[in-house]
Amino acid sequence: MKLHVNGIERSLDVDPDMPLLWAIRDVLGLTGTKYGCGEALCGACTVHVDGHAVRACVTPMRRAEGRTVTTIEGLSPDGSHALQQAWLALRVPQCGYCQAGQIMTAAALLAKNPQPSNDAIDAAMAGNICRCGTYSRIRAAIRKAAGLPPDEGSGQ
Amino acid sequence: MTELVLMTRREALAGLGVGLAIGLFPLIGAASESSGQTGSGPQAASGPEEQPSSGLNPNVMVHVARNGQTTIVCHRSEMGQGVRSTIPLLIADELGADPARIRVRQADGDAKYGDQNTDGSSSIRKFYEDLRRTGAATRMMLIAAAAQRWHVKPESCSAKNHEVVHLPSKRALPFSELVDAAAKLPVPKKESIVLRPESELVHVNDPNLPLLDGLAIVTGSAVFGADVKLPNLLIAVIARPPAVGSKWLRYDTRRALAVPGVKRVVEMPAPKLPWHFQPWGGIAVVADNTWAALRGRAELDVTWDPGPNASYGSASFRDELLASVRASGKVLRDVGDVEAAFAKATKVVEAEYHVPHLAHLQMEPLVACARFENNRCEVWAPTQNPQDARKEVARVLDMSEDQVTVHVTLLGGGFGRKSKADFVSEAAFLAKACGVPIRVQWTREDDVRHDYYNAVNAQRLRAAFDEQGRFTAWHHRTAFTPIGSTFAVEVDTPTLNDLQQGVLDLALAAPNVRAEACRAPVHARIGWYRSVYNIFHAFAVGSFIDELAYARGADPRDTWLEVIGPPKLHSLADLGISKLPNYGETLERHPVDAGRLRHVIERVTQAARWSDRKGRALGLAAHRSFVSYTAVVISVVPDRARRLRIDEAWITMDAGTVVNRDRVHSQLEGSLAMGISNALYGGVTMTHGVTDQTNYHDARVARIGDFPRHIHTDIVPSTAPPSGVGEPGVPPVAPAIANAIFALTGQRIREIPLARALGTYRLPTHPILNQSTLDGGMR
Repeated sequence: MKLHVNGIERSLDVDPDMPLLWAIRDVLGLTGTKYGCGEALCGACTVHVDGHAVRACVTPMRRAEGRTVTTIEGLSPDGSHALQQAWLALRVPQCGYCQAGQIMTAAALLAKNPQPSNDAIDAAMAGNICRCGTYSRIRAAIRKAAGLPPDEGSGQ
Repeated sequence: MTELVLMTRREALAGLGVGLAIGLFPLIGAASESSGQTGSGPQAASGPEEQPSSGLNPNVMVHVARNGQTTIVCHRSEMGQGVRSTIPLLIADELGADPARIRVRQADGDAKYGDQNTDGSSSIRKFYEDLRRTGAATRMMLIAAAAQRWHVKPESCSAKNHEVVHLPSKRALPFSELVDAAAKLPVPKKESIVLRPESELVHVNDPNLPLLDGLAIVTGSAVFGADVKLPNLLIAVIARPPAVGSKWLRYDTRRALAVPGVKRVVEMPAPKLPWHFQPWGGIAVVADNTWAALRGRAELDVTWDPGPNASYGSASFRDELLASVRASGKVLRDVGDVEAAFAKATKVVEAEYHVPHLAHLQMEPLVACARFENNRCEVWAPTQNPQDARKEVARVLDMSEDQVTVHVTLLGGGFGRKSKADFVSEAAFLAKACGVPIRVQWTREDDVRHDYYNAVNAQRLRAAFDEQGRFTAWHHRTAFTPIGSTFAVEVDTPTLNDLQQGVLDLALAAPNVRAEACRAPVHARIGWYRSVYNIFHAFAVGSFIDELAYARGADPRDTWLEVIGPPKLHSLADLGISKLPNYGETLERHPVDAGRLRHVIERVTQAARWSDRKGRALGLAAHRSFVSYTAVVISVVPDRARRLRIDEAWITMDAGTVVNRDRVHSQLEGSLAMGISNALYGGVTMTHGVTDQTNYHDARVARIGDFPRHIHTDIVPSTAPPSGVGEPGVPPVAPAIANAIFALTGQRIREIPLARALGTYRLPTHPILNQSTLDGGMR
């Protein structure tokens, strides 16, 4: 099966039912995309397929075939994406495990809606759990990356 | 062991030889180009460029190479609290090092580091001075070498920015030119090590301190447990017994082995009582990728014997514990004459509370990798306790600990779950059984169902007031299965050690106080969960004090201050106890200080404009735990559809001296989130000894929409000895939410999860983005 991953055409000999997550992690060795629930409940595995935020844990390979996949490793060559920079500036991560998924969901949001309202941010990010509780900094970092002013009481 | 080992050079020679993660500090205040770990798996386990046998290596924590490059060990596990930034920079600041020239090496599990169990909010609380001494000893040797060279007194020199300066003459020598001479000098003895004034600890106290692993995390290169790459690695998933103590009766390997990619099916050893950290037993399916292993396990068709806990059900256990606290228990705190005070009371308030099992639900499901070669076992694991992991691996493999190496990866959350080594020894057992490196991957369902849960609890509280309305008596009963039941059989009643968490150390103004521990039989594996027993004790006490206020028509804040009483240090006699474990701290260093508890209440209510709360529904609670003091105010608002939302939260913590303030703020933010999860959704339930919940749809945690838009985190300025930070923020959050809901709705909810008892109110739903953006559904 052929697909484009982070700008490179890859050919994989895998079970067409294998979720994209395990193909990315176990076969391609790209471990930035995380396993959290296997049921599209937590968002830790979020990648972009043709520019849309998709939960790789429930996306079978046969549906990803021929498409363009971007993982956290391909979001920018060096961590220079506005969201990655905002994440660093506001020191968003605690344990960090969910953060690749958070950033990929946020990147898809900003691509569609460059200046999202707080309600739009909460709606887009509702599928991404952070058990450490970095939610206020996630909101603030998305606003910062979007060039929006900080909210009062956002903890920053 | 609470003392960090200060070893001599010779003993410490091996101290820097191995390790998984090397991190470089990003330039303070600048975008980093070189932070984060340098690779993954054993490739990153290269040592410093220079062998530690050369250079300056006065203890197990610090090595200064001849080129000045300084390697500092982080001997505690990083799980989001920022310890990999805090410990090395605290040492570097004492040393006078330039953070840009520091490399951070994650320690393997080894007794030479002293206690490595990253648990109990203890990394800074217990080791603040000792960590600083490791840097200070190194600094004193470099200064002594410079002073010899210049023929001046060491006291006239200082170390800063990777050089030693002679203050009167302003002469300076870089560390690199002093390393050889310093290495020949004696290592200062602990008593003679002089620490800097705290004002000179500039980098670790920089409020904008970058995250050591920040760039690696946001680019996806950070190495968590499942990200370790080993040649020929196979993946195992295990079908574990569904109830504690149950065993498999039969299973079918044929269909499992027919799944392409499945290599083997292996029987795991069955655990024996007491459970301790043993693997849970069951059947492992080993495959060349995770998907194949999962499919193979699904085909095993195991039949399980229900085991000795098949009668365990949450509804009946709740009733059993409530019955337990309606009878007398073991009296562990007694002062004055409680019975006489209740007999004379003109007003008695009484209430019962219940908190179910809480699951950890950390984002990274349990996972560990192991390699068994040449009669040695090497494991890579996101463990909070690499020393216990080493011990448990040695036990499972019947080897000595010297034959076991435990490398610590980043932890995708821990919260106490990863201080148990069961998942680590599973990997070690399978690596030996299969003869190839193995990664054991737990699914989310495995993680939810095979947890060491926080204990189920019931409490009964009574308070008495006399004819003048004075608070005269307090009577507290609590029933829960202690964690000791995981390590010994026939343990079913909490002890003094258990009741220190929010029962014995509760400052109370009443002259008559009694606390009793009541029986709660064991049916599950019980373990530490962030804040542990404090969660339910703070929930009951914090709700009850609010009830006392409303029962007497008083302001809740005034009632809190009245119940706690005047600012004073409570002696054991005042508390009515013979001993207070006090989280391993002396009462001299960390007293039970009613004044500090009052102070956080005063600060947080002032910030929340408590006195001006007309038209707002605010709830207040406060709690002492891990020898810190925290108070929380929560604001709850309804919308037109009677959906409740927490719109604002204030949290104030007095943790004594703090370092790395940004990470303390982030812990307070995280405490709010975990407290919200505990309060609104917390709890897993059991039917026939099996956990009913399986994944995040029914074992829910707070999502972004549950988290208030406005939060205010406040650290009390203090020069008191450092106390806990990671855990003490959580306990007061749930009662503050329950009290805010009461302020709004008039409904008193005495059981967690609050979401189940909101009456005509409800919580908003948070529809989650699914796969609908592609082809109208990808599943």
